[in-house]
Amino acid sequence: MPNRQIGFRRQMTDYFFTGLAAGLSVVVVSALIAILAYLVLRGVGSLNWSFLTQTPKPVGEAGGGMANALLGSVMILGIASLFGVPVGIGAGIYLAEYGRNRLGQLVRFTSDVLNGVPSIVIGLVAYGLVVIPQRHFSAFAGGVALAIMMVPTVARTTEEMLLLVPHAVREAAFGIGIPQWRTTISITLPTARAGIITGVMLAFARVAGETAPLMFTAFGNQFWSFSANQPIAALPLQIFTYAITPYDDWHRQAWAGALMLVILIVGTTTLVRFVFMRRMLGGVR
Amino acid sequence: MTTAVEVHDLKAWFGKTEALHGINMAVEAKHATAVIGPSGCGKSTFIRCLNRMHETNPEAKAEGTVRVGGVDIYEMPAVDVRRRVGMVFQKPNPFPTMTIYDNVAAGLKLNGTHNRKILDDVVEHSLQQAALWEEVKDILKKQSGASLSGGQQQRLCIARALAVSPEVMLMDEPASALDPISTAKIEDLIFELKQKLTIVIVTHNMQQASRVAEFTGFFLMGNLIEYDKTEKIFTNPSDKRTEDYITGRFG
Repeated sequence: MPNRQIGFRRQMTDYFFTGLAAGLSVVVVSALIAILAYLVLRGVGSLNWSFLTQTPKPVGEAGGGMANALLGSVMILGIASLFGVPVGIGAGIYLAEYGRNRLGQLVRFTSDVLNGVPSIVIGLVAYGLVVIPQRHFSAFAGGVALAIMMVPTVARTTEEMLLLVPHAVREAAFGIGIPQWRTTISITLPTARAGIITGVMLAFARVAGETAPLMFTAFGNQFWSFSANQPIAALPLQIFTYAITPYDDWHRQAWAGALMLVILIVGTTTLVRFVFMRRMLGGVR
Repeated sequence: MTTAVEVHDLKAWFGKTEALHGINMAVEAKHATAVIGPSGCGKSTFIRCLNRMHETNPEAKAEGTVRVGGVDIYEMPAVDVRRRVGMVFQKPNPFPTMTIYDNVAAGLKLNGTHNRKILDDVVEHSLQQAALWEEVKDILKKQSGASLSGGQQQRLCIARALAVSPEVMLMDEPASALDPISTAKIEDLIFELKQKLTIVIVTHNMQQASRVAEFTGFFLMGNLIEYDKTEKIFTNPSDKRTEDYITGRFG
């Protein structure tokens, strides 16, 4: 029967493309796993208590760690998120809810361009904006550089996620006399929350590994610094500094630093998701 | 007989297209008025002008007067209008992130009422009025509005609209996405509700119009062709076009 033949061919085509898609997914995932596995392999040996609690030791002296760089990264990323996330979400809200006009087009275009600007250029901007007027490097300057980098990603994902909220939901709110600003804050934003958090975490993870913009903003520091107004160490900077030296001991520490950086990113992302998703369950279920 | 909504020379546009060409209509208080007509005749646009939802579309505008309880709604803030003239939409649209309780309380809460006692009372009363209380009273704060069935969701939306105690309730094909049993429940509900408030219902279903409404208006291409007692419209219409439509000759 010809029918059976056609059925067979369709079945085979189906198997073929399903297999192809699965195979390509494996390629992607295995690249990620390979990188992570190699990182763990090289880094985990030097990741010990003193690495997490001590500052760098002079060359030739054994031991020492990246505790100050870890703190520095946390501080810089905190400052960056403090400025970058609200501005990004605010811009995203504007684009989605009010931005059907010239200004909206302009903001959208600018933000896409900003997304493509090399990070070292953003670093120069922060240098001009903060470092030169203050006449010194600082954690704050590093935070500003990273914040600028976070804004376009956060803004565009916020916009897209808000636009995914069905118009019927907004209409429902207008229909019972809720003003537009209230609708946005209390109805539309919570509905799009999961997607917006993903966007924020994406932006966070992206800037957490940035080195170039920190070189002439946060600058780096071999010692403890707890001030946002002083030069400060950061994991990517420290990794870079150590990786280009000829010393085996520092190479090992650079590997541990890279592993630490990944743990920091994964840890933060998981924590934020856990906290926000748990709060969301109260509403959803 | 009192008039709840008085429409005078109402015109509405989408961009440059005129969708309503000057509608005059007086809606009887505490009765149900059906609006029928073929797709694209302007009946949805018409009722969306009665609570100024029409203008939430940036392309749209409206002109003319609409008086609700004697007050021109185009002279007052749109937000206030929509609390006096509630609306139920074609597809049930509960707030997906909110519990059943919060869905009903939303209109009050988000406008500044936070008194627990008042909210509890309003939520219970509204859900009872919408004939949903018995089905959801044990899961009020446990389940999201979106977890209910389609028919329940629509009654939840009715409860949500009732919670801000409107004088008029606009219903835009409220049962067209529902199965026959849920539809019957909505129709029963309309019977109950019109004891207390005025209902304007758009429907594609002429049997539904004849079942629930005392008055019926027939729209065609942006004009109100005929407006009379439902019985008269369906048995002895004065206009040839109305007759053609209800006998199924077009539309």
